[in-house]
Amino acid sequence: MLELKNVSLSVEDEFQDNTTKEILRDVSIQVETGKFVVITGPNGGGKSTMAKMIAGILKPNQGQILLDGEDITNMDITERAKKGISFAFQQPVRFKGITVRDLINLAAGHEISDCEACAYLKEVGLCAREYIDREVNESLSGGEIKRIEIATVMARKTKLSIFDEPEAGIDLWSFNNLIDVFRSMRAEVKGSIIIISHQERILDIADEIIVLADGKISAKGKKEDVLPELLKEDCQYCIGGKAKRKGH
Amino acid sequence: MNDITKTLLSMISDISGEIKGAFNIREDSGCAGRQSTENVDIIPKVGQPGIDIIVKPNTKEKIYIPACVTKSNIDDLVYNDFYVGENADIVIVAGCGVHTDGEEDSQHNGIHRFFISKNARVRYEEKHIGIGEGTGKRIINPQTYIEMAEGSYMEMDTVQIKGVDSTKRDSKAILQANAKLVIKEKIMTHGDQYAETNFLVNLDGEDSGADLISRSVARGTSKQLFRSVINGNTRCTGHSECDAIIMDNGIVSAIPELTANNVDAALIHEAAIGKIAGEQLIKLMTLGLTSEEAEAKIVEGFLK
Repeated sequence: MLELKNVSLSVEDEFQDNTTKEILRDVSIQVETGKFVVITGPNGGGKSTMAKMIAGILKPNQGQILLDGEDITNMDITERAKKGISFAFQQPVRFKGITVRDLINLAAGHEISDCEACAYLKEVGLCAREYIDREVNESLSGGEIKRIEIATVMARKTKLSIFDEPEAGIDLWSFNNLIDVFRSMRAEVKGSIIIISHQERILDIADEIIVLADGKISAKGKKEDVLPELLKEDCQYCIGGKAKRKGH
Repeated sequence: MNDITKTLLSMISDISGEIKGAFNIREDSGCAGRQSTENVDIIPKVGQPGIDIIVKPNTKEKIYIPACVTKSNIDDLVYNDFYVGENADIVIVAGCGVHTDGEEDSQHNGIHRFFISKNARVRYEEKHIGIGEGTGKRIINPQTYIEMAEGSYMEMDTVQIKGVDSTKRDSKAILQANAKLVIKEKIMTHGDQYAETNFLVNLDGEDSGADLISRSVARGTSKQLFRSVINGNTRCTGHSECDAIIMDNGIVSAIPELTANNVDAALIHEAAIGKIAGEQLIKLMTLGLTSEEAEAKIVEGFLK
């Protein structure tokens, strides 16, 4: 189980005379093992910051982060990865010379067989033969690299997987495919899944929804309780901005 | 052949045991073995060090011509000329290993000339390496001169990964109609090493093309200079690319010089020099690698 206890994070705003800007304010959440949680809310509400903080890319100024009861607040990215946290970037990183196979091997932590690699790629709708030896460089389209990013997270098989806006930058066909990927992940993976998303169809497969607006939690609860209000035009959860929703 | 040569050979080529096909192994300015075949003649030069390699038309073979310097205080100079017949399709495995055991410097200066006939294809592989406990500098200065006839193709793959203290590589090429030249260079320097690359390509024939690609990593206080001169003298395509990662206090200079002497010459230069992107390190760390492991992986991939 992942727990955030009274977490706050502020950064210096270089555009406003280096004044301190609070991104997350006294945020507490619990993500239970096996749960599929979607974090949503207006742009600039602190969602990506929260995801990066869980992965260790950003450090909170206050509060505690616990994974299965263990305090991981001061652990770095590598230590958290080894403890079982995976993170799929909103904008996946490109590498010159590193192939899809290399990346999946690194994610799995050992050399995997063509057959296994093939299974992960197939899962995200890519033809393994075509992609396995391609470099993860500029030659891949936004949708392709996004799917490879998701495949690397799947290959890690960790107890907690975080996806930062998986729908960003991909086409409609890929998106439909993605929903199926998350559906099957939900069914097969025993760990917890956190997805940052604006997508109604992703919200729709969540166990729980957390709404983050203006750095604070404005709503959290079971999908059945939170989603109806979110879908209203004048949603009361979305303080400081309207949650952007796209329906496909 | 001494043991150091054997070690160097295994590092710079895939030679192990008996070599099939034509070869010439140079050891400390002498010859440690030579063999010609029916279609490939290897003849020692008269009056100057080196060999002529004459490849008959239509030959399809792999030829080995490695050079090894196994001790300090050797100043090796060699002239190797390749005459490749029409329609031949050959692979040449060259490469040079320098081992120093004392205080004196050792160097190998290989001057290679290629005369490639019509429609012939050549793949030239060259790996440079320096080893040994000696404090003497290990120096390798290759010079390559390439004349390419109509419709010929040459691919040069050069790698210098470690141990060479100083290198200056000069490559010049003249291309006739429809000839294509691809040069891929990979260099890693560390300590206070110095590596310099100079390409000069004249695209003289219509629809000739050259692609010069350099990937390098400069660590420590090492320095690298990459200069590529492409002259497009007719309808042709030329592309040069210098992609470098700098680490510690490494320095890399990239100097392109493209001249289009004809309105139909299409020439491109790309250069990117910088440290490893922070987000690349972060991505690999989220997969469980330490920052040092991530850095090593990124460099390994980059120079693969």
